[in-house]
Amino acid sequence: MAQSPSLETTLNNSRMDSSKLNIVESTLRNRELSIKITDKIRKLAPLAAKRAGVDIIKIMDFCGTHEWTVTHYGLRSLMPPEVELVAGPGCPVCITPAYYVDVLIKLSLEGVRVYTYGDAYRLPGSGKRGKELRSLEEARAAGGDVAVVYSFLDAIRMARKDKKPSVFFAIGFETTAPATAGPVVHGIVPDNLKILNVHRLTPPIMRYTFTTHKENPIKGVIAPGHVSTIVGAKAWEFAVKEYGIPTVVAGFEPIDVLLAILEILKQHVEGKPRLVNEYKRAVTWEGNKKAQKLINECCEVVDAAWRGIGFVPNSGLAFREKYHNIDAMHEYGIKELTPEEWKYDLPPGCRCAEVTLGIAKPTDCPLFMKVCTPGTPYGPCMVSSEGACSVWARFGGGGLAEEIAKSLGIV
Amino acid sequence: MTWYTRLWRYITLAHGAGGKETEEIVENLIVQRVPPNLWKVGEGSGLDSLDDAALIPLGDEGYVAVTVDSYTVKPIFFPGGDLGRLAASGTINDLLMVGAKPIAALDAVVVEEGFPLEDFNKIISSYIDTLKSNNVALIGGDFKTMPKGQLDGIIIASMGIGVAKKPIRDSDIKPGDKIIVSGYVGDHGAAIMAAQQGIGANTDIVSDVKPLTDLMIPLIERYADAIHGAGDPTRGGVAMLVNTWAKKTETVIVLDEESIPIRPQVREYAEMLGIDPLSLANEGMAVLAVDSDYADEVVKYMRKLGYDKASIIGQVYKPKDPRHAGRVLLKSVAGGIRILEPPSGELVPRIC
Repeated sequence: MAQSPSLETTLNNSRMDSSKLNIVESTLRNRELSIKITDKIRKLAPLAAKRAGVDIIKIMDFCGTHEWTVTHYGLRSLMPPEVELVAGPGCPVCITPAYYVDVLIKLSLEGVRVYTYGDAYRLPGSGKRGKELRSLEEARAAGGDVAVVYSFLDAIRMARKDKKPSVFFAIGFETTAPATAGPVVHGIVPDNLKILNVHRLTPPIMRYTFTTHKENPIKGVIAPGHVSTIVGAKAWEFAVKEYGIPTVVAGFEPIDVLLAILEILKQHVEGKPRLVNEYKRAVTWEGNKKAQKLINECCEVVDAAWRGIGFVPNSGLAFREKYHNIDAMHEYGIKELTPEEWKYDLPPGCRCAEVTLGIAKPTDCPLFMKVCTPGTPYGPCMVSSEGACSVWARFGGGGLAEEIAKSLGIV
Repeated sequence: MTWYTRLWRYITLAHGAGGKETEEIVENLIVQRVPPNLWKVGEGSGLDSLDDAALIPLGDEGYVAVTVDSYTVKPIFFPGGDLGRLAASGTINDLLMVGAKPIAALDAVVVEEGFPLEDFNKIISSYIDTLKSNNVALIGGDFKTMPKGQLDGIIIASMGIGVAKKPIRDSDIKPGDKIIVSGYVGDHGAAIMAAQQGIGANTDIVSDVKPLTDLMIPLIERYADAIHGAGDPTRGGVAMLVNTWAKKTETVIVLDEESIPIRPQVREYAEMLGIDPLSLANEGMAVLAVDSDYADEVVKYMRKLGYDKASIIGQVYKPKDPRHAGRVLLKSVAGGIRILEPPSGELVPRIC
C-alpha cells in the first residue's frame, strides 16, 4: 500500500496533548456521570414513550461514528426497554454505488492510476466473489494501478510527481466534500489528475430514511456531529419542523450520546420537539460557510444513487459545467448512472441497504459473521470501520452482551 | 466445502496477525491434520491445548516445557529493544507462562544476503545477552543465508526448554478466578506501530520487551496452586488471550475497562489510529488467572517485586447458558457492556 508522505504530519498535528485527553476522559467518558444520566433516562423513558404514543421510542443514531460510540461503549446495555437505538445511513463507504467501483477497477487495469481512500480500497463493486475482480484491492493484486491515499492533497502531490493519467475516487459526505472542492476551486489540481465525484449529501437521505419507517416511525434523531461542523445545526431543522422529530446534534463521546438521548426523551415528555445542538464545542448554527462556498462554487446538487437504495432526490454533488475539465466522467467518457439504468447493486443475500436505513439490524442478515466477516467482507457495510455491520462484528453488537450480562447479574 | 475455499484463496497478512484468522489456520490446516494421539506426549500437553509451551511428562520429576517461535519485526531496532531481545524474551516468557523455569535455548537464524554484519552482530549480542542475564544456556542452533530479495532482512527462530515441577495449564482456569495484568497494556504493539509510521520520536512510546523471570519465578514458587492460568499477550494482545481462555475453559470472562492500566500516550495513539489497545501486543507483561481468595495478595506481591501497575482487571464466570460459553465481556468506561471480540482482519502491521 502506498505510504502517504503526509501521514506523519497529519498525526503530529492532530496529536492532542495529554491534558486535553484528560479532560475528555474525566468528563466525557466518566462512569459516574454516565450512571447519573442513565438513571435519568430510565426514569423518563416510560413517560416519554406514553406521551409519544408508542411502546418503544426509536432513536436513530445517524452517523457511523455514533454507532461506533454506541456499540463500543456498550450504551445499548444501559438503555431501558422503552428506548431503542438504531443505526442510520451515515457511512459514506457503505452507500457508494457499486457502479463507480466497477468503473475504477476497469480504469486501473487500463493504465490509469486510481487514488482511493483506505476504506474504499476494499469496497466491493458488483463483481462476484472469487470469480471476478470485485474491489480496487483485488484489481491491484491483478496488476491494476491503485494507490491508497489519506487525503486528496496526497493524490495531488503524487500525481504532480509521476505525471501519470490518474483518477481520484472522491467519496464521502459534506465532511469530505470540501477537501475535494478546495483544491479544485483553487486550481491546484494537475491536468493529469481527474476526479470521480461521488460525494453524497446527508439531509436528503435523512428525509428519505424517515419515509421508509412509516409503520414504526423514528421518534428521535442523533444528528451527525462531523457533518454538522460543515452544514451547521440548521441543516436539521426540517426534521423538527416537517416531521416533528426531536433532533440533537451530538458529539462522539459516550456522555455526548447519552445526553442526546436524555434530551430527546425530555422533549417527548414536554411534548415539544426541538432542534438542540449538544456539540457546541465544534458545531455552530450556520456551519462552516467557507467550506459551503467552496462546494457550491464547483458543484451543483443533483439526484443521486445510493447503494442498494436507488436514486434519492437532491442527494448528490456533481461538478458544474465550467469544471468539466477535472471531471473524470467527462474526461474518460464514463456514462453517469441514471434512474432508468440503475440496477440493484448489492450482492445476493446482502441486507446492507436495510441495515443502512435502520430497518434491519446487522444480526438480522443471514450472512452476518457467517460468510461476511471483517476479514472476508461480502457486503459494503462490513468494509468500512464506520459500517454498522463492521462495528457490530468488531464489538459484538446484537444484544448478546446484554443477555449474558443480565444472566450473570452484572448490570 | 472447507472454510478456506469458502472464504479465502490466499494466505493474507491477517492470517499471520495472531488473531482469529491465525487461530483458524492453525486449527483447520494443522491441528486437524495430526491424529489426536500425536497431539501430545503421554500425560503432557501440546496441540490439544495450544498453550504458550508444550509439556512432556518426566514421571515424578515433573515436566519438560518446550516452545518454538520465529521472530521477525520491522523495524529491527525499535524504541525499547531489538529483534534479538525480542526473540530471547519471547522464548523465556513462553516457558514461564506454563510455570517452567527456563534452562536452555536453541536458535535458527536466516539472514538475507547483503545484511549489514554490524546489525547482525548487534542483534545476536542482544539475543545472547538476554539469555545470559537470565541464566539460560544457548545449546545449539543453525545459521543460513538467503539470496538477496528472497527474504526481507532477518528472521530468528528460537526454541526454549524449561522444567516445570507444577505446570500452569490454562485449562485449569475456573469460574471465580480473577484476571490480573502485571503492567501497562499494549506498549510493544504501540511502539512498533509508531516506529513503522515514522513518528516514534514524538510519541515517547517504548516497547516493554523483557523477560519476566524476576516476576514469574518468585510467583510460581510462592503461589503455584493459586495461579490457574498465565499467558503473555503477544500478538492479538489481551483481547486475543482472554478470548482463548474463555473458549478453552467454556467460561465467560468479564473485564472492567476502567481498571485496565494503559499509558495515556498508548491510549491516545491507538485512538488516533482507530485500534483497540486491548488488541495491541505486549512483550514483557503477564496476564494471570488467580484464585479469588489469593488475588489481592498476589497483586500486592507483584507490586513488591517492582511491577507496580499490577492490577485485577476482571473475573471468570460460569455461563448461565451454554451458548454464552467462550465469550468475553467488557464493561466500558461509560459503564455499558459490550462483547470483546478477538481481533480479526485488522491491518495491524507485523510486530513480532
